[in-house]
Amino acid sequence: MTVVDRSVSQAEALVDADEARDARRKRIEGVGRWLMPVVVLGLAIWGWDRVVVWNAIPHYILPGPGRVLETLIKDWPILFDALLVTLQITFMALAVAVIGGVGLAVLFTQSRWAEMSFYPFAVILQVTPVVSVAPLIFIYVENRTIGLLLCAWIVAFFPILANTTLGLNSADSNLRDLMRIYGAGRWKTLRYLQLPSALPYFLSGLRIAGGLSLIGAIVAEYVAGTGGIGSGLAFRILEAGYRLNIPRMFAALILIAVSGVVIFAGLSILSHLSLRKWHESAVKRE
Amino acid sequence: MSTHRPILPMGQRARLLEVQGVDKTFNGGVVALRRMTLTVNEGDFISLLGPSGCGKSTALRLIAGLTRPTSGRILWAGGQGVGDLGVVFQEPTLMPWATVAQNVWLPFRLRGQSFSSVKAQVTEALELVGLGSFLDAYPRELSGGMKMRVSIARALVTNPRLILMDEPFAALDEITRQKLNNDLLRLRDQIGCTVIFVTHSVFESVFLSDRVIVMAARPGRVIRELAVDAPYPRDLAFRTSAQYAAHCTVASEALADAMGEAA
Repeated sequence: MTVVDRSVSQAEALVDADEARDARRKRIEGVGRWLMPVVVLGLAIWGWDRVVVWNAIPHYILPGPGRVLETLIKDWPILFDALLVTLQITFMALAVAVIGGVGLAVLFTQSRWAEMSFYPFAVILQVTPVVSVAPLIFIYVENRTIGLLLCAWIVAFFPILANTTLGLNSADSNLRDLMRIYGAGRWKTLRYLQLPSALPYFLSGLRIAGGLSLIGAIVAEYVAGTGGIGSGLAFRILEAGYRLNIPRMFAALILIAVSGVVIFAGLSILSHLSLRKWHESAVKRE
Repeated sequence: MSTHRPILPMGQRARLLEVQGVDKTFNGGVVALRRMTLTVNEGDFISLLGPSGCGKSTALRLIAGLTRPTSGRILWAGGQGVGDLGVVFQEPTLMPWATVAQNVWLPFRLRGQSFSSVKAQVTEALELVGLGSFLDAYPRELSGGMKMRVSIARALVTNPRLILMDEPFAALDEITRQKLNNDLLRLRDQIGCTVIFVTHSVFESVFLSDRVIVMAARPGRVIRELAVDAPYPRDLAFRTSAQYAAHCTVASEALADAMGEAA
């Protein structure tokens, strides 16, 4: 009896050791997940600083990180206003891209004729580089904000359109049959089957479109070029470039990069929250 | 949902549906079904048994109204009303974004009925299939057999006159399959539904049904109808009885004939 007991307790001890090792590995991985990027980023900034200091590079060629940070703080009122302008265009473009992309996708799946007629236009808009179209847009469109919006929208709407169309067409065929058996018309099928099926695809398109609308807004500002009050970050970069204010260029660049990351992270969280209950991509595995 | 229809003995059952000389030819000229004639009576448990390509799934799709016959007619006694038909596919076919209860609510939801107004029926259907405590679970949290039970609950929640089942247990393991076969007969006993069940398993068809329709392939057609006159309820004793074995032998021979004719 005692022998059996001991063997059992030994087995338990073995499992415990295994599990403890597993738990330790998971904990280390959990810390590493955020520690590693921070350390590497810190090292990169330190390396940048050393290169500037050791080679005595003048700030009008390559400013060190300290000087860029200084400029960021010093020029904050100018840069922040510019950031708000750029973000405003970005989010408006994203909103219009969502409305236009989803709207067109629904139209395309409801009507083969609409798809056949208009899909080529969507592709043409997508494949033509926005830099080459933008000058024309600013010739024909009086209002500068609407011109910017149009440029950013052209870049951003296609991933939403393409992904949502794919999603709407990916609804399970047996569920489609079921809808028919229960006498659901096309709108009920759209609402109860196709739109939920398309949600993961749409969200994936949205994440791409978020980054693209920022790019579209920046590119459009470069092309629009006119400055003064109410100009965005891209114009501030151009302006600083003319004046050889390299630190401000870097500061503006950092703001753009951070905005892009925040937009991507925000949309990723949104995607996760909407799908975590049921979709394979977001479900936590044991 | 709670209405119980008594199952009368064979020969006294009212006519429910008639398949009259139905042909189905697909666009490529492939004859999926030739001259199928079948009378379905209230309370029948009919199995369509046959090798793949014998048109048994096509027959089911025709009865479900998912495709139209090339010629011939399918007539419902008294016409087909809303909610007269429930269907269980080979896969559970649940909406992954909706809870178990929401999935079972679907047939009502599509008719514009709110969840609160049919909650009793939804709960009852799920209790009948033994999932009364899984209303708020998501399909991905369930096993294959449990998903199939949800699918069955959805098919019977509207208290349909006819339930079509297209090889519903084919993808499940043997143990789960037997359990679900037993549960299906218990359900039929409780609510008195009429079932057309597609299968390629002789043993399953004999165990479940009182009428086995044997079909042959190329072209898909009905070649024999066997009556399994063993009384319900059927259980393990029936599964191991000489009577069951004898019925299985007859059905197997009919199926062998079907294969022979096709080859």
